[in-house]
Amino acid sequence: MAVKVAQEWLNSCSGCEISIVDMGERLLEVLTKIEFVHGPVLMDHKYFGQLGDGPRMEIPEAVVGLVSGGIRNEEHLEVLAEMRKKCKVLIALGTCATHGGIPALINSYTNEELLDRYYSTETTDKCDSVPSDGVPPLTGSCMALDEKVKVDIYLPGCPPNPDQIFAVLAGLLGNTPVELPAKSVCDFCPTHREGKGGVKKLRRFLQPPQYGAPGEGIDKMRCLMEQGILCMGSVTRGGCGGEGLTPRCIEARVPCRGCYGPVKPGTNQRFDMLNALASNGVDISSLPESVSLLRFSGAHGLLRPSRKGKEA
Amino acid sequence: MGQVINIQPITRIEGHASISIQLDDQGNVSDSKVHVMALRGFEKFVEGKPAEELPRIVTRICGICPWQHHLASNKAVDRCFGVTPPPAGRLLRELMQTVAHAEDKVLHFFFLAAPDFVMGPDADYSVRNVMGIVKAAPELAERVVKMRYAAKMVLEKFAGKAIHPIAGVPGGFSKPMTEQERVEILSKMREVLDFALFTMEFAKTQVFPKYLNEVTELGVIKTGFIGTVDEAGAVNFYDGKLRLMKPDGTYTDFDSQDYCDHIAEHVEPYSAGKMPYARAWNEGFSLDMENPKGIYRANTLARINVADKMATPRAQAELEEFREKFGRPAQYTLLHHWARLIEEVYSCEHAIELLENPEITNPDVRAKVEPRAGRGVGCVEAPRGTLIHDYTTDENGLIKSANLIVGTTHNLGPINMSVNQAARMLIKGGKVDESCLNKIEMAVRAYDP
Repeated sequence: MAVKVAQEWLNSCSGCEISIVDMGERLLEVLTKIEFVHGPVLMDHKYFGQLGDGPRMEIPEAVVGLVSGGIRNEEHLEVLAEMRKKCKVLIALGTCATHGGIPALINSYTNEELLDRYYSTETTDKCDSVPSDGVPPLTGSCMALDEKVKVDIYLPGCPPNPDQIFAVLAGLLGNTPVELPAKSVCDFCPTHREGKGGVKKLRRFLQPPQYGAPGEGIDKMRCLMEQGILCMGSVTRGGCGGEGLTPRCIEARVPCRGCYGPVKPGTNQRFDMLNALASNGVDISSLPESVSLLRFSGAHGLLRPSRKGKEA
Repeated sequence: MGQVINIQPITRIEGHASISIQLDDQGNVSDSKVHVMALRGFEKFVEGKPAEELPRIVTRICGICPWQHHLASNKAVDRCFGVTPPPAGRLLRELMQTVAHAEDKVLHFFFLAAPDFVMGPDADYSVRNVMGIVKAAPELAERVVKMRYAAKMVLEKFAGKAIHPIAGVPGGFSKPMTEQERVEILSKMREVLDFALFTMEFAKTQVFPKYLNEVTELGVIKTGFIGTVDEAGAVNFYDGKLRLMKPDGTYTDFDSQDYCDHIAEHVEPYSAGKMPYARAWNEGFSLDMENPKGIYRANTLARINVADKMATPRAQAELEEFREKFGRPAQYTLLHHWARLIEEVYSCEHAIELLENPEITNPDVRAKVEPRAGRGVGCVEAPRGTLIHDYTTDENGLIKSANLIVGTTHNLGPINMSVNQAARMLIKGGKVDESCLNKIEMAVRAYDP
């Protein structure tokens, strides 16, 4: 019997869903074993019945629920509650669902500041009031799923590597749950480290790192942090390279920015990074700003509007 | 007041939206609204961030077209900082842009749109989806999945990350292409071109002819169009001038840096998304079905309408056949699908051209960049339409302000009109069924929002 799966996306960009499709031919294999009962991006099941005349929002029961995106409005809360009620195993898919993700950068600002700017850009005509007809009200901040419901499996990543999505789904289908690595990006990084301090200031990523001839292996490139370029690898959960192992950004010779969220749940990537820098003798005032260090994990109250209404 | 019919959510689209249709006492349509829910506020929260980081942040506006946000952002930062990428850096960016278009069009046509045509608009909802296609036509499905994956893995393997890319950098590209990589990617893109030509034939012989009635009736409206063309007036996805065409086919070309003179955004109380319109036409904004004002469309149909030609031979032959049938500008909404497949052919042909340029493996891919105060507009064609990123930086190269006009938003007004047209045509005397509601959604899906 095919395993029933429901999919939902909240404050999301659809990158996680595309990452599912990026399983390639494995997707066809998975599709023979599961049956989607709900999933707005893939199929036409409607919230209030197929003619839209049902009394309440209803998602069919499923064994597995995949939810991407964080919580940003009242409709997200309603959909999430219904998914939790109907799904035996709820998977928080992607960093928005697990830690707020990039959209949680808005938590440095109030809703008023957001709306003021969005509806008054250079090209926007003056409007008397913010749209509210059929548009759900915003919640007070952008939240991760576990701020409102119990999450059974955390599958972070922006997006999660398709290999990991496949491993988790195959594990669930075969009843052999998969543990994702609780290691840092650095643990998977093949660049070579000399271990000597010497970096006193960080430089912005405005010129290429040194990396030898084109086509030379990543293991010939020196650790970007040791080259004086901020790299979030040490405070970021690894696994983004999937079965290929090499962290994906490093593969392109650019530094990690933290897209899998913190290594250990509940820790603070900004705090841990600044601490690591300071204890290695790096002048943290050489960073142009530090809110960006929480760019993937600003939910859970970690980013807040400052009292002056400026950045946290 | 009569009944309200809700389609919630609109499905097999890439965003979050719903439709409400107001009926009068006789059960005929008096009004309709497309409600766009998403409001994330990128314009606000990028403030204060180092500009060179933006190409890695704004990608999250859309996980389906992250390359276009990535590249528009890089182009905007290039301008703020006053830097021009070396030729190979530019070529690599354009190659990524072109391959990303090729991948996206396969995804949209087969995964999102095709169920309506292959399974049929009246098929039960439980099979009217890509899973239904996998069961009904397993060989086709396998080929689709393989080819899309091939194009996607070109991006992933060469540029590290295909979804939410990082390899474009202000000043150029993060890594050069080796000769071996070039040869491998070239051979992959030749395969994808074969598949694009197969898809075009498949659609022209087995899909479109069956649905000519829908094409000529469903969601049909008359609007202007916008798109990017090169110096010769051919479609270009990466760079060029913007061309804004009136419904009568006359047009104005302008530099994207001056977009504010030509485009404004109107706010309706029922949509969080703003509705761009042609400020330059000096007629204001109106979605009135008889007499719309300022309304133009972006996306595939718009691009092939505004362009004089396609820059590659097979796509040009397809365009000529298309124009022979539908004229210029073609207005039928469902022709977006046809235009999408012509662009698919172009994407593959153009990727091959870029890969055959020996300059592409030049190791000099990134110019040195110094942060400074400036302003820059970065504009590229996203699959869903013209994409504009406009940044102002302070003397430290931090973002002072940002304005974004995203592909799909150009079409929010037109989508409302197409839904209204389809609803009026399909709902009479209060009679509503699943098939008619799905057909109304098909008018939305054509825009691939």
